[in-house]
Amino acid sequence: MKSATHLALDAASARGATYADARVVSIRNRSLTSKNGRVGHASESESLGIGVRVIADGAWGFAASADLSRATVEAAAARAVEIAKASARVKRADVHLAPEPAAVAEWTTPYKVDPFTTSVEQNLDLLLKVDAEMRAVAGVTLAETGMNFQREESWFLSSEGADIHQTKYSTGAGYTAYAFAGSEIQKRSYPNSFGGQWQNRGYEQIEEMKLVENARRVAEEAVALHHADQCPEGTYTIVLDGSQLGLQIHESIGHPIELDRVLGMEANFAGTSFLTLEKLGHLRYGSELVNVVADARQEHGPGLGTFAYDDEGVAAQSTPIITNGRFTGYLSSRETAHTIGAARSGGTLRAEGWNRLPMIRMTNVSILPGEKPLSLEQLIAATDQGIYMETNKSWSIDDKRYNFQFGCEIAWEIKHGKRVRMLKNPSYSGITTEFWNSMDAICSRDEWALWGTPNCGKGQPQQVVGTGHGASPARFRNIRVGSAYQGS
Amino acid sequence: MLTREQSAEVFDRIRRFSSADEVEAIFTGSRFALTRFANNTIHQNVEEENSIVSIRTNFGGRTARATANQFDDQSLRRTVAASENLARVQAPDPDLLPMPTAKEANAAGEGARSTRFFDGTAAITPADRAEVVKRIVSVADKHKLTTAGIYSNSELREGIFNSRGLANWHHQTLAEISITMLAEDSSGWQKLNSPDVSNLDPQRLAETAARKAVESAHPREIAPGKYTVILEPAAVLDIVGFMFWDYSGVAILDQRSFLNDRIGTELFGENINISDDAAHPLQAGSPFDGEGMRRQSVPLVENGVVKRVVYARATAQKMKHSEYAGKVGPIEPTGHGFPLPNEIGEMPLNVVFGGPEKPQGVEEMIVSTERGVLVTRLWYIREVDPYEKIVAGMTRDGTFLVENGKVQCGLRNFRFNESLISMLSNVEAMSVPVRACGEESFDMVVPAMKVREFNFTEATRF
Repeated sequence: MKSATHLALDAASARGATYADARVVSIRNRSLTSKNGRVGHASESESLGIGVRVIADGAWGFAASADLSRATVEAAAARAVEIAKASARVKRADVHLAPEPAAVAEWTTPYKVDPFTTSVEQNLDLLLKVDAEMRAVAGVTLAETGMNFQREESWFLSSEGADIHQTKYSTGAGYTAYAFAGSEIQKRSYPNSFGGQWQNRGYEQIEEMKLVENARRVAEEAVALHHADQCPEGTYTIVLDGSQLGLQIHESIGHPIELDRVLGMEANFAGTSFLTLEKLGHLRYGSELVNVVADARQEHGPGLGTFAYDDEGVAAQSTPIITNGRFTGYLSSRETAHTIGAARSGGTLRAEGWNRLPMIRMTNVSILPGEKPLSLEQLIAATDQGIYMETNKSWSIDDKRYNFQFGCEIAWEIKHGKRVRMLKNPSYSGITTEFWNSMDAICSRDEWALWGTPNCGKGQPQQVVGTGHGASPARFRNIRVGSAYQGS
Repeated sequence: MLTREQSAEVFDRIRRFSSADEVEAIFTGSRFALTRFANNTIHQNVEEENSIVSIRTNFGGRTARATANQFDDQSLRRTVAASENLARVQAPDPDLLPMPTAKEANAAGEGARSTRFFDGTAAITPADRAEVVKRIVSVADKHKLTTAGIYSNSELREGIFNSRGLANWHHQTLAEISITMLAEDSSGWQKLNSPDVSNLDPQRLAETAARKAVESAHPREIAPGKYTVILEPAAVLDIVGFMFWDYSGVAILDQRSFLNDRIGTELFGENINISDDAAHPLQAGSPFDGEGMRRQSVPLVENGVVKRVVYARATAQKMKHSEYAGKVGPIEPTGHGFPLPNEIGEMPLNVVFGGPEKPQGVEEMIVSTERGVLVTRLWYIREVDPYEKIVAGMTRDGTFLVENGKVQCGLRNFRFNESLISMLSNVEAMSVPVRACGEESFDMVVPAMKVREFNFTEATRF
């Protein structure tokens, strides 16, 4: 594999590239699902190829091929240079990369059990047990489960001398119970929507998730929602569970801090950002309790945004994004670092596979837990009136990441410090900075989890990658609730 | 990219390597190039070539799939073995059918279909794309705007072969242009694609996007509420696309469709007619489904009444023996299945809205509007309520106040929470349907629509 990258770099240099990097990536995936007591699908896939990224005439070019033969690799490198020279016909300034030491490294995701050594029978047996538990609940009309493993091995070499071999594993599983009755479809998911919980770990992730143990409760909640009251409209104190807060971070902090969005590079598709450059270091993003980092290092945890080096050879880092409520950092790359006065990239460039150009992506963008011990039950006990919401159901935010609306699968009214009646169809909405400034409590480390969002889309052609979001339950004051059903 | 002949040779090897009762291979080959620009400069410029083979094996009612992009014997043997190993450990599925023969798959005939492969599209070079981007940037410069967007071209080959003699093949091209023009506090957008690049006029798209950016400058904020809206075709496509997953036999059987208990009822206004027609001259894509079955033209909605849904082979068989038989309209395989095995069955992917008796262009709709909102594009649409089909989203890149028959000014963007049932019951006027593309849904043939009482629930700050 490594020889292909050498061939590509030599060919790109010979054609006039002033910088080149080449990534050979080999991806293996297993995907299993069940539906209503039967296997939904069982599939495996492999993908292998090389992507060559070059700068020539001061502009970018990228070409990728699945064929690793000498002739094709050299042709791909030559094509990348040709493309870069075409790019240079419409440029305003030459591309410059922030300096980066040329790393030579090997790294593999720490894991206890390689998920691909587990048998398909074992995997399906677990899913079908969960499926049966859900269908044992009267009123459940559809039970779906899923499990997914991925192994991504990459060889990154650059014309500056970087030589990095990484192998990343990710594992995810989860399930959903649906109940259709009358004129309503209700659902509950475990441990999260988006296919459950995903982390960069081995099969031990699955074994620790207590999938079977929670299936009946989740199914019962889906059915019970049909008898619950509609979540009211109005202004309320809300408490969000960690998984919903993880998505709130993803949408209203993770995306707006992407420096390529801020600089207008995503204006046609994903959008721009309200976080214009002059706000760095000045904007009060949230309350004093809001501390957010973008941390790709293993010591932050096994998130979907954890690695040793990004896809342009920059070592994993932790960047303070919001510090005691103040906006302190963006997600950056070697090309964009200079726009915020940084001497070095923040190390966030990632690609979906060998055939995609690396771009700025969230790593693990996490809110740090509260320092004082506070459990979810203690937080609810300390809340006189409010609504506790769990598990995302819908999400929408404008193209500057300022106005958002989220729906959750389930909620409970909080009255005098106690969870009382169940509420269906909860939703809340707001303006990003007003929302984060309204946070007045966050649970401590023992409630904190590093949630995985496996389906983050960005770029043209669109790339889907996984991101991590550490969060613990938190409380927000004076939040608009119920807008999703307003006027319907 | 593998040719049809090369794919047939690979399939012969796959058959030799397989011990399954039946084997199927889906081949997908693509050469894709995209030039991306922002801040009036090309900042990303990519090209890729890939061929994929996806192998499905059947053993006595058990099936599974394995996929790879390498074609040497060792890789193919490994992929066949992976598929067989996944299949063998399952319990037999009583609903699994034998793979279709060529006769069964092609019984519906190909229909009157013109080519979707155009040499002019396939031959576009990086220099050609740069030249077009340069012209788009010139339009931006002329209007003192900043532009961002893409210009892409691709060539796609799709084939399906199975051990019962099926061998269907499709070859097409696609060119696409998307342009955003940005001013200080406003923006405009246009997007179009076609198998034939000569159908795209980048200059006109750029000028239209620029006009929208200029005319929506200094946007006013008006209170959210229920407004008459004029949705341009891309906005219609992106919002209505969220209901077509439910026009599926499996969705009915799973009781996750908003059409459960509603097929045969007048769910929408009587001016709404919708079909799925892969052979429509404004459509693109393959003429066969994930099992190789020819895609048939299916009337989904007639005069506001939901007539039927689409079916993969196994779904049709299951539906015929279900409690829903007799309540869901005609039940037959329609050539809309996804590759097996899957949980979602099928869906219409070549949606065509019927034209109105008296079509009105967007300008005519504006003239007849006392007070309303003209919407260029919708964004970040997600389902809020699966049965009432309420979807949430935002307006974007050109939202205007219409008063007294004229566009008055740009507006700050809105959030909407709108039921598609309600929306399609409140359509007052439609244009001639056109091929449209957006970002939230698949390409369709849709009209612009004037809709009363569209539910804007919040305004954003820009």
